[in-house]
Amino acid sequence: MDKTEKLLEVSGLRVTFKTHGGEVNAVRDVSFSMNKGETLAIVGESGCGKSVTAKSIMRLIPEHIGKIAGGSVMFKGKDLAKLPEKEMREIRGKEISMIFQDAMTSLNPTISIGEQIMEGIIRHQKVGKSEARRQAVEILTLVGIANPESRLKQYLHQFSGGMRQRIMIAIALVCRPSILIADEPTTALDVTIQAQIIDLFKSIQQKTGVSIIIITHDLGVVAKIADRVNVMYAGKVVESGPVQDIFYNPQHPYTKGLLASMPRLDADRSIPLSPIPGTPPDLFAPPLGCAFAARCDYALEVCRNYQPAESNVHGKHSVSCWLQDPRAKKMLAAMQAPTGT
Amino acid sequence: MLSFVFRRFISMIVTLWLIITVTFFLMHAVPGSPFEKEGKALNETVAQNLNAYYNLDKPLFVQYGLYLQKLVQFDLGPSTANSADTVNKMIARGFPVSFQLGLIAVLFAIISGVGLGVIAALRHNRLIDYAAMIIAVLGISIPSFVVAPLLIKYLAVEWKLLPTATWGSWQHVVMPALALAFGPIAIIARLTRTNMLEVLTQEYIETAKAKGLKPATIVIKHALRNAILPVVTLLGALIANVLTGSFVIEKIFAIPGMGKYFVAGIINRDYSVIMGTTVFYSALLIFLMFVVDVLYGIIDPRIKLHRKESEG
Repeated sequence: MDKTEKLLEVSGLRVTFKTHGGEVNAVRDVSFSMNKGETLAIVGESGCGKSVTAKSIMRLIPEHIGKIAGGSVMFKGKDLAKLPEKEMREIRGKEISMIFQDAMTSLNPTISIGEQIMEGIIRHQKVGKSEARRQAVEILTLVGIANPESRLKQYLHQFSGGMRQRIMIAIALVCRPSILIADEPTTALDVTIQAQIIDLFKSIQQKTGVSIIIITHDLGVVAKIADRVNVMYAGKVVESGPVQDIFYNPQHPYTKGLLASMPRLDADRSIPLSPIPGTPPDLFAPPLGCAFAARCDYALEVCRNYQPAESNVHGKHSVSCWLQDPRAKKMLAAMQAPTGT
Repeated sequence: MLSFVFRRFISMIVTLWLIITVTFFLMHAVPGSPFEKEGKALNETVAQNLNAYYNLDKPLFVQYGLYLQKLVQFDLGPSTANSADTVNKMIARGFPVSFQLGLIAVLFAIISGVGLGVIAALRHNRLIDYAAMIIAVLGISIPSFVVAPLLIKYLAVEWKLLPTATWGSWQHVVMPALALAFGPIAIIARLTRTNMLEVLTQEYIETAKAKGLKPATIVIKHALRNAILPVVTLLGALIANVLTGSFVIEKIFAIPGMGKYFVAGIINRDYSVIMGTTVFYSALLIFLMFVVDVLYGIIDPRIKLHRKESEG
């Protein structure tokens, strides 16, 4: 698969929410692009803005409280951030689909599964019921559900957790979108089912060539599925690059911290997990400098007062950190020397 | 499903029997008799003869047994106050009128109540929402016997839009139906609004949006179906309200329905009429509750399944 054709380009995206406490800057100047057939993972802890970023692409942030305050989302020559709602409805479910974390609550309990799959087909492809049913059976077979014909008449509560997530995926894929956004698709599942769902994503990508944006905080999932990774922290992309670079050559202290806090099967059990101390900053008033500075072991004076610029590490691997500055590298070497002995 | 219907049927019969028994003994515990009008007793021999004719001279339990015996043959007995008339005939005359009025009122209440509730929920915390909820509070607080004279005063007397009272053309239905429906509209609207607000925040609504469905489809197909369930639950009790409320409304609008006979029956101590109308209304209500239960399973498939499971 040719993974060089650019499909989606997000630049300078800013999203704010009005709350009782004031305005929350949930996404602060996020830029990234995505190629056809590629899998992009967005990782980060809860509240870092990864879900909001995804929902902004779909324009699904709650109308009255949230808004896209700036930036653009270019997709097939259109800026989705500024598209009228009516045109956006033609894109949702047809060109870009989204699946959510918990299929149990994300599917309608009182409407049959078949109807929930077919309504998308009928809506976007303007076909009749029998053709819609044929496509629904086909897509259920694709996502690995046995006896699709009889399953169509059933309701959500008659399916297991893994099956529900497969149905969510079927609903999202039924109109053959070019982008599938999966918001924590495996978080609510147990580990064996997680692996099955990840395999399903891979096989579907091979068969349909869909690009996938997967949002997760599970680095295990990222390692298995992603081509590229965006690490987000406090509403910003702090590090971005091919999956091998992020795992084997992480540059941002936050990325390093995330990787270090992952439990390992081969680790000595007497050694506790090493979490990143502290909590993310308050996004009502984002810090002046690097948002991670307060929790960063390597923070410099400059980190607290000035935003770090994005710098290129190698190829497509880039990071926003003051430590990349040549002056900082020198200083760091000096600092680490005494503690190392 | 069959076993469910059968068990429900048994419990319906038991409920009805309890109502009959309690009403029967309560009614006889009230002092006075059908033959004493305003404290003036009849000639003693006449009274004795009448009592004998209506079996009122027998012990209460015997009377009760005789009543049940006739009841299982669907014979509600002759009117005590007017022996030329039977309770069965009264119901046959009055019920179609009451039913028509009640049905129109209930349909009107459901349609406008649900509509108002949905609009209020979609325009949450905006002018329409506040207006709808003010109407709802008024509807809950103002009883129908206050609404009815107000309607008569303005719609009939001052603006002469509708006939004041009695029964006949469709114009006669409007005011009593409005008066009857006013309270239920308010209750349904409030309930629908609350449930809609909750359902609209559910994740499956977001999924529906993510499919690119139109707002109207999302509201009607995905939200309302889930929000309407508590309204359906309420419907049984609400229909009861409308039907019993119609006693008063029928009196106010001089409508020749069941209510007229019921009220006259109580005033005249007409035992068989009191019993007959009570039994009839109870049976009707119990049946409606059953219909609501069945409806429930149709709207929410999960309920159907649980029932099957509990049947084993």
